[in-house]
Amino acid sequence: MMMQTSATTGLASNATAAQQAVPVSPLAPRRRQGHLVVQGVSKRFAQRDSAPAEVLRDCSFEVEPGRLTVLMGPSGCGKSTLAYLLAGYLAPDAGSLTIDGMPITQAGPDRMLVFQETALWPWMSIVENVMFGPLARGDMSRAQARQAAEALLQKFGLVGFGDRYPSQLSGGMKRRAELAQALINSPKVMILDEPFRGLDVMTRELMQEYYVQLFEETQLTTLFITTELEEAIFLADRIVFMGTAPGRIVRGLEVDLPHPRTIGSMTSERYLEIKKDAMATLIEYGAVSTD
Amino acid sequence: MNDVLHQGALSIRQAGKIYDPAGAAVVALEDCSAEIRAGEFVAIVGPSGCGKSTLLNAIAGFDRLTSGEILLDGVTLASPGTEPRPGPQRVVVFQHGALFPWMTVLENVIYGPTRQRVLGADAARAKALDMLRRCGGLDTAGQRYPGQLSSGMQRRVEIVRALMNEPKVLLLDEPFRAMDTVSKSAMHRHLLDIHALYPKTVLFITHDLEEALFLADTVYVMTTRPGRMKTMLRVNLARPRTLDMLVSHEYLELKRQVVAGVHEEAQKAFERGERELA
Amino acid sequence: MTPLQTRKLWRMGAGYLIAFTLWYLSVKWLPLAAFARLPDPVTVLKEWFAPEPAYGISIFTGAYYKHIIASTLRAFAAFILAVALGVPAGILMGWSSTFHDYAAALIGLLRPIPPLAWVPLAILLLPAAEVAVVYVTFLVAFFATTLNTLVGVKAIDPDYLRAARCLGANRRDLLRDIIVPGALPQIFTGLQIAMGAAWFSLAAGEMIAAQYGLGFLIMDAYNLIQYPTIVIAMVTLGILGFLSSAGIRLLGDRLMRWRSGAMGLHR
Repeated sequence: MMMQTSATTGLASNATAAQQAVPVSPLAPRRRQGHLVVQGVSKRFAQRDSAPAEVLRDCSFEVEPGRLTVLMGPSGCGKSTLAYLLAGYLAPDAGSLTIDGMPITQAGPDRMLVFQETALWPWMSIVENVMFGPLARGDMSRAQARQAAEALLQKFGLVGFGDRYPSQLSGGMKRRAELAQALINSPKVMILDEPFRGLDVMTRELMQEYYVQLFEETQLTTLFITTELEEAIFLADRIVFMGTAPGRIVRGLEVDLPHPRTIGSMTSERYLEIKKDAMATLIEYGAVSTD
Repeated sequence: MNDVLHQGALSIRQAGKIYDPAGAAVVALEDCSAEIRAGEFVAIVGPSGCGKSTLLNAIAGFDRLTSGEILLDGVTLASPGTEPRPGPQRVVVFQHGALFPWMTVLENVIYGPTRQRVLGADAARAKALDMLRRCGGLDTAGQRYPGQLSSGMQRRVEIVRALMNEPKVLLLDEPFRAMDTVSKSAMHRHLLDIHALYPKTVLFITHDLEEALFLADTVYVMTTRPGRMKTMLRVNLARPRTLDMLVSHEYLELKRQVVAGVHEEAQKAFERGERELA
Repeated sequence: MTPLQTRKLWRMGAGYLIAFTLWYLSVKWLPLAAFARLPDPVTVLKEWFAPEPAYGISIFTGAYYKHIIASTLRAFAAFILAVALGVPAGILMGWSSTFHDYAAALIGLLRPIPPLAWVPLAILLLPAAEVAVVYVTFLVAFFATTLNTLVGVKAIDPDYLRAARCLGANRRDLLRDIIVPGALPQIFTGLQIAMGAAWFSLAAGEMIAAQYGLGFLIMDAYNLIQYPTIVIAMVTLGILGFLSSAGIRLLGDRLMRWRSGAMGLHR
């Protein structure tokens, strides 16, 4: 339930909705938008019976507009906390987070967070799920929203599935419907928190191809969070590595594999070099066991 | 040791399985053949619904074939006329884990030999503690319940429980599927160590080509339904396998040979999955 | 005790206090004739703990315990019978689809019949009223036990059965090592429900067809206009029901220590 409310980042926040008076087509390229800057962010969580847990320490990194940045680190390193901070659900104890120079103080439809677990409401049809955001904010009329949703569903290969319920879709289709549900809000940046986790490796690879295609067409600024190195290299323009206990940024790595990315990208010599380099970082920070 | 190595040759000959032949007639497995040597580590890669599990069920004795046959060391295990019967010659380690949660680790591990009455309780306990210790110091967890262990430890205990029966074949049904990368890579390490210690024939079923290449001597790629062997690839990486092999040229070359085929089958299965829903 | 537990206890106490206050006020202050006839909590407590109670029933009278013992014996007789027959029936239904087909439709039809509707037939059929009351009580407990056991057996992960067969278990081993322990959590849920159901149908049965017992006492006190005694008997039923359920829960926790581990330490 929490996931589902959260997954539709700040649909009710009207402050930002007002700035969205001119609707942008969800699929139009948007190179210059969604520049996220995280500067010196720390976060502790209070615990019931012991001292507060330090989750993030002095984290600084950027998500550059029009690029796909991957945030990678072992489970429990605070990746999701960073996603929550960027989405505006949490406030940092120290440091600042900005989007296009404006401080992030609350959730808003300019930053869409898609979670690892399915965020579709089981009691709504797919098209109703997709329409929900703009309707809840009052950005679009019902007819407009339906039109926009249908266009997205077509784009996502879900024609004819709009009237189905989520339980009637395959895992891969559900993930695509979630992307449509986020994209209809014309966000400046997508924050994807292990969105393909739980799918089997093969389906997962197909979904990665799918997202990379979408990204190449729209240049939609993306922060993609994952624990999988293969996935990270395949998708990323840049990988930001996190270390654990407490979560901190340990390294940034440019991934200069050519676009468009295909499965062939995964067997090139350059891929191998990058993987070697990345693996060394993971081993150095204990993200892969070598014993 | 030599004795063990000479046992566990699996011969899969034109195996076929049709579910509900009178009605929907779903062909899960068709003309599926493979020769697996004793002591070989074989990985079978295929998309969901490709018949991997059907094949495993036939070998394990959970289900009957509708055509062809499967032989273990020359003896028919499965055929249309053979009554399916599971037994300790070929033990399955399950995808979601099947340690009995109401028994301690030790009780789980001695379950096989004591139920088959091949060992008395004391002898079984001694053997179990020894094997648990060899397989990464698991003996200290003997008195705990599975629910108190991490999922990685649960899987390792389950592998030891299987090995306690001196099986000829170990059948691993995507045992690391639900794990994150880090635990998965640790589990690969453990599985390779255990296999070096107890070199049984292993049939490892997975979706993950990387994992298959890293672990196995031979990788079979299966087609989407009806499942048959599409490609066979000998993985001539040295043993013991190490992490830097994952970024070696030999590895890359192997991957190049099969990745397109795997991708093609994945795509077919994916599209069909959606057609079936439509 | 942690602060959290302390706070919980305080809230429980406060809940009782509020309920008693409302009860007291509704009897004493509410200008409704219906409520005026009710005994207020103070009167009930005084009566309950009086060495010489006005209406003959208090913790100092032998009769009070005679009723308690009569009811408890009946409830436990019915409960034990229900467990002895219901658990095997449930396991058999889960184990054999043939038996399931025989029994499921019959149970589906018999179960919705309210226990009280059985009373006249039970009296006609059975040799003594005593047996009839126990029978009616047994019936509800039996259905709860059987159906929960069945659900428990059906819910066992088939991989446990397959794993056990790989390891060389025969059918008897499967029953003893997998089916029974695997269904045990659900069986105990069933037992708790059965115990609760036993108490409420017992009280109803006793009102109609018994010479002793708390249910009889309530009806008797009503006929004799001894209102405080009604409340005493009601509260006693509540306490007995609670205690027997708690006892079953404790026994279950002890038998299924493996579950506490799974909840507390699992990563």
